[in-house]
Amino acid sequence: MKSLVPLLIVLAAATAFGIWFQRTRGEFRRKKTINGPRMTPDQIGSPLGARVTMVQFSSAFCSPCRATRVLLEQMVQTMPDVTYAHVDAESNLELVRQLNILSTPTTLFLNRDGVEVGRAMGTPKRTQVFAAVAAVH
Amino acid sequence: MQNIEIDARGPRFSAALTTVVLALALVTGSAWVATIQAVVFAIGAINGPQFTPYAFIYRTLIKPRLKSQLRTEDVRPPQFAQSIGLLFALVALVGSATGAPVVFTIAIAAALAAAFLNATFDFCLGCQIYLLLARLRSN
Repeated sequence: MKSLVPLLIVLAAATAFGIWFQRTRGEFRRKKTINGPRMTPDQIGSPLGARVTMVQFSSAFCSPCRATRVLLEQMVQTMPDVTYAHVDAESNLELVRQLNILSTPTTLFLNRDGVEVGRAMGTPKRTQVFAAVAAVH
Repeated sequence: MQNIEIDARGPRFSAALTTVVLALALVTGSAWVATIQAVVFAIGAINGPQFTPYAFIYRTLIKPRLKSQLRTEDVRPPQFAQSIGLLFALVALVGSATGAPVVFTIAIAAALAAAFLNATFDFCLGCQIYLLLARLRSN
């Protein structure tokens, strides 16, 4: 038996990170200035919503991506002025770089002009999606 | 590509067992314990996480006792996590073999942190690092 110190450090650090991580997943983060590039229906593979477009970036090695997709596809059905678009991050790396997407799932909330207003990383809760959509002007 | 679906609770249990084994490796500094975990990671990375000894324990001892509803997931995310685990375990073993215990400790600590986060918070390693790797690779 050597020392327990490294183990305790790892467990403490990982727990702190895990709590922070879990709290921030799905949270809508508003961009400080809305000056990003205009995304076109061509880039995201579907038409822009009348008011809001949710663009989800997914990858193959990502379990929560599927849950997020199911949730958002279901939610847009009840919101006539919102559309949903799904983008495979790996086959659109150019776009991923341009938008600085770092992890999956990341969902961008675009306004009617196709400009990003904010984004959520991880699987959002239903209430977080409603709040994010309501925050787009 | 064919998508294989597995019981999503299996990898979570395996992560818990992995956490215990890696914690043991970290505390004892034993290369043997790390080797056992490296072999498990290798099976998980190459054959799939549903074929490891941990998955066997899950199927025979744990699953019959679970009452929660079966939830399946794509096999690729946990398989990816197993290959990252294997990478760290191999770095640890190289460190141990070349007389660099610090390398061993850091690599095992990193793998342990990931396994612990996976077991306790359902942390998805592939979600966080796969896209970064893809971005680096295509640079």
